[in-house]
Amino acid sequence: MSLLDRSATDLLSDLQSGELSSVELTQAALGRIEQTDKQVGAFLYQDAESALGTAKSIDQRRQAGEQLGLLAGLPVAVKDVLCDQNTLATCASQMLKNFRPPYDSTVVAKLKAADAVLIGRTNMDEFAMGGSTENSSVQLTRNPWDLECAPGGSSGGAAACVAAGMAPLSIGTDTGGSIRQPAGLCGVVGMKPTYGRVSRYGLIAFASSLDQVGPLARTTSDAALLLEAISGHDPRDSTSLNQPVPAYSQTIDKPLENLKVGIVREHFAEGLDSEVERAVRDAIAVYESLGTEVKEVSLPHSKYGVAAYYVIAPSEASSNLARYDGAHYGHRTDQAEMMAELAAERKELEEAGDTRGLDNLDTPLIRMYRRSRAEGFGPEVKRRIMLGTYALSAGYYDAYYLKALKVRRLIRQDYDKAFEEVDVIAGPVTAAPAFKLGEMVDDPLAMYLVDLYTVSANLAGLPGISLPCGQSESGLPIGLQLQGPPLQEERLLRAAHMYEQETDWHTRRPTSI
Amino acid sequence: MAITRETVEKVALLARLRLSEQELETMTDQLGHIVGYVDQLSEVDTEGVEPMAHAVEVTNVFAEDVVQPSLSREQALANAPRSNDRGYLVPAVLGD
Repeated sequence: MSLLDRSATDLLSDLQSGELSSVELTQAALGRIEQTDKQVGAFLYQDAESALGTAKSIDQRRQAGEQLGLLAGLPVAVKDVLCDQNTLATCASQMLKNFRPPYDSTVVAKLKAADAVLIGRTNMDEFAMGGSTENSSVQLTRNPWDLECAPGGSSGGAAACVAAGMAPLSIGTDTGGSIRQPAGLCGVVGMKPTYGRVSRYGLIAFASSLDQVGPLARTTSDAALLLEAISGHDPRDSTSLNQPVPAYSQTIDKPLENLKVGIVREHFAEGLDSEVERAVRDAIAVYESLGTEVKEVSLPHSKYGVAAYYVIAPSEASSNLARYDGAHYGHRTDQAEMMAELAAERKELEEAGDTRGLDNLDTPLIRMYRRSRAEGFGPEVKRRIMLGTYALSAGYYDAYYLKALKVRRLIRQDYDKAFEEVDVIAGPVTAAPAFKLGEMVDDPLAMYLVDLYTVSANLAGLPGISLPCGQSESGLPIGLQLQGPPLQEERLLRAAHMYEQETDWHTRRPTSI
Repeated sequence: MAITRETVEKVALLARLRLSEQELETMTDQLGHIVGYVDQLSEVDTEGVEPMAHAVEVTNVFAEDVVQPSLSREQALANAPRSNDRGYLVPAVLGD
């Protein structure tokens, strides 16, 4: 077994005992990336020298007997949406292709404080908008289980690098399912914490009331370890929750007594792939075999989740992305070309005697904004900005934006009611296993529906975890999703670990690479 | 609600985007489909329901009014597409 087939928790204990050095482990990860990432395309860029430098200094500090952080010496990959001082943070967008943030995001600062080795920046859908990572303006990421298939998205690179054994741990972000869905499609563990559990400071914003940072890993114990390292109150994020962080990595082994698992009637409706349904029902049977009570619950408004999400998320995106105007940072259009274009248009209108057209002509500043944004953003980002601007515009605000916010409350209330009866909710992560690359690129609405089982947790702010629970006949991973009430990450991790102990799905590795 | 090309042009201006002919056409079609799907929200009875803007109800968060270190001018301008040493440079805002 190669070093990188092992869990982060195992590797950490070898690092602690001195059987393994961080330099050896980092070299192994870099070697694996070198060997496989040409096929997978999970990483956008790396700095091997800097990673090895960090590893070396951690080894030295360990030898000197210094007290080290929670992740000391472990390689961690970071989605290219979190700021790391003076390191490119592109969001896989042409808009930010040269952007080097002048500060660290809190999550990156916490990883550094935990003595993690930052191994590289992972590919994603541009500005985290998408469900397949095909919206990256830089490169395609392939699913390590089948290179013709999508890894899911938007944290496709983050999931694929863990699945392919290029990094034992990685950080993703989840706005509508962007950690859980690619984790499910790539056969790894991925967790979206409660909204506010992890600081969003220095996370390049997509939809601020939904975005949440979380871990991707091979096992539930590894996810618990990484979550523990990045969680906690941050005064620089006013939505950050001021609640103590439980030692998730210490309690993960303790099974929950008298656990009540809920299954949602509406989750097993039309459209669910039969292989996925079977795997998820088998997983629920595993809980039953452990003496767990399984109870049916209802989330009657869950079917409106995708519709509410695709009003709220684009509305927030249209506002957040207004900062990319070509003035302060990011891509700016060629000014001489722009002025020439405006002059030509002016001349044409003057010659035609079109005074109305002349009055409507952009000013140079507005034309700069419009051209810079048109050149810097890809099609999906433009689509969502347009959708959000439309939903917020005069005349449509009440019918779309306000309506969606009301439906959002009904979705949350459904959950609150369900959690009066059960401790966790178990169900599918996605309706089907990984789809082929290119299959849905021309059909944005079909792509939006891949978030069916995940968006509601974002709207309600609840934690959710995805873990491997089966394989399709063609060998693609299938994921199980557990959701819980706010701040019950510990309960979810322990419940997920109970399942993981009974099965070996998390030990399967892709064979195509 | 049908999405017309005129609506898309107007929204593109509000969104500060310049769309090509081809993009205008595709966008009209795709936004139409998406908005058509989203229209199912109108089925839901939301009488008396308070809108929920945030996943976790947070009250105002106040910080002490104390001056904290922040970015230097040099750092703030480091990513600017065009700047002199003092500020951001943009095309003329008034007149040419």
